[in-house]
Amino acid sequence: MNLTTEHKGDILLITVMDDRIDAASAIQFKEQMRDITSAPSARVVLDMSNVGFLDSSGLGAVVAVMKALGPVRRLELSGLTTTVEKVFRLTRMDTVFVIHKSLPEGLKAAG
Amino acid sequence: MCAPGLLALTELQFPAETTAVREGLARLMASPCLQGLGAEDRGTAEVVLAEALNNVVEHAYARWSGDVLVTLRREPTQVEVRITDHGLPMPQASPPQGALPEIGAFDDLPEGGFGWFLIRSLARELTYRRQGERNELTFAIPVDNWEA
Repeated sequence: MNLTTEHKGDILLITVMDDRIDAASAIQFKEQMRDITSAPSARVVLDMSNVGFLDSSGLGAVVAVMKALGPVRRLELSGLTTTVEKVFRLTRMDTVFVIHKSLPEGLKAAG
Repeated sequence: MCAPGLLALTELQFPAETTAVREGLARLMASPCLQGLGAEDRGTAEVVLAEALNNVVEHAYARWSGDVLVTLRREPTQVEVRITDHGLPMPQASPPQGALPEIGAFDDLPEGGFGWFLIRSLARELTYRRQGERNELTFAIPVDNWEA
């Protein structure tokens, strides 16, 4: 699992470079996210615009990461692709995440 | 490639293990039965197939390992799928109802239990049979449009 990290002001921006988060990579994703987010930041934004596919294991991993961060330092998601958005919408998980259509202002030139 | 309405059949066997499933899924998505799907239908097909195959890995082969065999048949308005394995039978000899996990308090947000919900939401004509030592799951993935 290839994740890149960037600090932008009070935001920790994590970009998933892999094109999928699935049963084969979910555990690795969770572990790497735990390590990366141990660095302090007010906000954590996960850019998923490269992720074309997410299964229920991948979804569970993203939920687990959000729970580990807690209700205050809420995990924010950005750039859900069509199939990923569909999985979030069907399972109603779109209602529990802060989801940005594209990277929040101030992060757009990142990367 | 096969034109709409023309019969296409794909059969693929691979080890029921997460990395092999990922590779098998990629080959299925590139097969004549699925490569002509429109983008939306393609996403649906990949999710349903992934969930059904992950279930075989996690549950059917929870105690021993083995192969899974996937057969796809392309029809004008759907792709018919048959998945067989030699693992444990499904509990109560039927596939789970797949209710959507409840969204409650933050600390209790569900991290699993979405698989059958997704299969039942996206597929139709689901059947399950135990034949001797073999599980056979069949379902159909609806197709709204085939790309020209």
